[in-house]
Amino acid sequence: MIENLIPWLQQGFKFAAFLALAALGELLIEKSGSLNLGTPGTMCVGAATGFISVYRYVAAVEEPNAFVLIVLALGVSFLSAMLMGALYSFFTVTLRINQNVIGLIITIFGVGLAKFLSDYFVKSTSGNVRCDEAHRVFTAKIPFLSEELGVVSKVLFNYGFMFYLSIALAVVVALFLNRTRTGLNLRAVGENPATADAAGISVTRYRYLAACIGSGLVGLAGIFCTMEFKSGAWAVADIDSIEAFGWLAVALVIFALWKPMNLLWGSLVFSICYWAYMYLPKMLGINVPTDLAQMLPYVITILVLIVTNLRKNRESQGPAALGQSYFREER
Amino acid sequence: MDTQNKIAVSFRGVTKTFGSVYANRDVTMEIHKGEILSLLGENGSGKTTLMNMLSGIYCPDAGEIYLDGKQVTIRSPQDAHALGIGMIHQHFKLVDVFTAAENVLLGVKGREILNVAEATEKINTICRTYGFEIDPSMKVYDMTVSQKQTLEIVKALYRGANILILDEPTAVLTPQETDKLFSVLREMRKDGKTVIIITHKLHEVLAVSDRVAILRKGEYVDTVETATANEQILTELMVGQKVELNIERPAPENPVLRLQVEHLTVKGHEGETVLEDVSFDAYGGEILGIAGISGCGQKELLESIAGLQHVEAGSKVLYDAPDGTKEDLIGKDPKKIKELGVALSFVPEDRLGMGLVGGMGMVGNMQLRNYTMRKSILAEIKHSKELAEQIREELGVVTPSLNTPVRRLSGGNVQKVLVGREIASAPAVLMTAYAVRGLDIGASYTIYHLLNKQKAKGVAVIFVGEDLDVLVALCDRIMVLCDGKVNGIVDGRTATKEEIGYLMTNLKTEGGESNG
Repeated sequence: MIENLIPWLQQGFKFAAFLALAALGELLIEKSGSLNLGTPGTMCVGAATGFISVYRYVAAVEEPNAFVLIVLALGVSFLSAMLMGALYSFFTVTLRINQNVIGLIITIFGVGLAKFLSDYFVKSTSGNVRCDEAHRVFTAKIPFLSEELGVVSKVLFNYGFMFYLSIALAVVVALFLNRTRTGLNLRAVGENPATADAAGISVTRYRYLAACIGSGLVGLAGIFCTMEFKSGAWAVADIDSIEAFGWLAVALVIFALWKPMNLLWGSLVFSICYWAYMYLPKMLGINVPTDLAQMLPYVITILVLIVTNLRKNRESQGPAALGQSYFREER
Repeated sequence: MDTQNKIAVSFRGVTKTFGSVYANRDVTMEIHKGEILSLLGENGSGKTTLMNMLSGIYCPDAGEIYLDGKQVTIRSPQDAHALGIGMIHQHFKLVDVFTAAENVLLGVKGREILNVAEATEKINTICRTYGFEIDPSMKVYDMTVSQKQTLEIVKALYRGANILILDEPTAVLTPQETDKLFSVLREMRKDGKTVIIITHKLHEVLAVSDRVAILRKGEYVDTVETATANEQILTELMVGQKVELNIERPAPENPVLRLQVEHLTVKGHEGETVLEDVSFDAYGGEILGIAGISGCGQKELLESIAGLQHVEAGSKVLYDAPDGTKEDLIGKDPKKIKELGVALSFVPEDRLGMGLVGGMGMVGNMQLRNYTMRKSILAEIKHSKELAEQIREELGVVTPSLNTPVRRLSGGNVQKVLVGREIASAPAVLMTAYAVRGLDIGASYTIYHLLNKQKAKGVAVIFVGEDLDVLVALCDRIMVLCDGKVNGIVDGRTATKEEIGYLMTNLKTEGGESNG
């Protein structure tokens, strides 16, 4: 029993951290009042560009430097995803086009772009598209902690640096939103842009920056997924599953009631449910249909929405101006 | 102190237009340091526009603004903050889910890490100085309207405002809260702050201000010392000379009771009373005017009758249908009211918002009313097209085609389409709100003529208006609303503008005496 529980938890924790990072990016964007449905596409672009750059780098040099490799992977993923965020902002903030429409376009475009790039890339290689070097760097474990503490080591310290980076970033974003002036202003932009504007806060600047940085984080989640979760292998078909994970991240933001710290445990709930179909049969002999298990996160999100709306608690609502373009009042 | 140093703000020839309409024309006036100045005027007299230019919401088209004798250009609310000008708008600019302290800190420059404790301390100091009562850790959504207003004032003071502008500050307050506000304003004056309150309540003007500046139709009229003023003088200055309008007013022909409104009470979003115990009758064959400062419950009154407003228990709207039946309209939704054979047409004040769909042409907008005519899944087109054509011809609507989106038409044409459609349903009661707002003279007369034709047909016309000259020239009877209460119903033929203006601004007390 326990020997089956540990792999489930390992899978769960690893997936949860990646999901939390993607959702963290989306949360930052939504806090500014932009409902970015482009997150799945953005993540695909981040993953594809990051992987391709690292693969090319490893192939090009004799002895790849681990540090350069990490900077390259994270940098390229972050920047390419950021461009998607900038594109989203241009359409929704500058041109004030409906956010849902543009978000969906960004996702369709992002998935298509990622597939196009990787198709071209896979054809240009020998066929076995793996980057073991990068996988090794990304999954390097903390020496002592990952070995000497028994079960704790196996469950909590069995992961690469991105796992801990994700948790740290969630804490940083939580502190940023609640304890800093810029964070306060950002929340105001998402809650009541007219009030923020009257207080001298540039709604345009905040929304652009939130979308760019948030998308960048989503891009990091993309490369995290590829290097650790997909074990450094790449196939065009992976893009579809990354897209599916992207939607999961969008739902997670709602499940977490727009609070960064809730993402940490919320993502774990999501991920345990999402992978239940793989581990339940071995553990308890129950067979769960894959699709049913993978539907669970969405079902519980809907339940959370129903419960929070019934409770009418103002604190657990999304940003009041979420999804609305801002027009300065003119007569 | 010589006069140069006494003047805080001076406007020189300030003009602001919106399209072809002058909101302010050549306004030259001065505001003294350390005084409470009331800015008095009817609806649309340009009080708020003038102050919006001081607080950076609008930029003047012509003229200059001087602050402490220096010419200034105020391009944004931030510029105004920097110059020590703070304005408290009618609609509060607060973030609901933030605490009072967070709202105060919003947009203020300073160290990146928020120091809420320090801000709280500063807020408490401000509160102690001027006698505010506010809990910095309270969330805005838990606050009463009065507390929100206090928070807005504290916010302005925290940013170092020396000149404070309050737009209709007492509109949402109870009398006790108003008294408290006034005592705070007096404290601020003692501290050397300049306070400007935009208002049209005369007794408040007399109670709190040092001087009163009067605007009429966008132009500056005069400034009088409050000590030497009384309600009569102020009313006369506010409404001005009677303007003769050649609006025909045939005598009502055998009026019949159509609508009996009894004890109508409506509460607003914040729980404040918008309409209180309103009772009146409307007769077929007459035009009943409704006068009042804007926001005194006119909109809610019409919406209650049309079934669009939630009303408090005890309210009754009895409708006497032409066939002799009697129905209470309360509790019925707009469609049900129609199904019951109750012919009720409603022209909302926001023409393109609630009356018409801007993106649709005339035909489409006719279909909105006719959609139940045909009992099949296909939309009714033929009748709507005929109706649209008929309205275009009869009312002279200028439009490139019947399918041109109505939002591209001029205001007068849009209004004709809307009124034409409502009249086409042959109502027994026709309600209009600000039917001529923004229309030129010619278009306005077309509308008056239309209403008179309906009156001749025996329709009970309810006309909510804002121009007193029009009300006294067009209406048979005029009901005056003040603070959501009926403050008198006068005969349109004998009433004077001064009389109505006085009723609009001075609520009678229970004994029937004006409390001034």
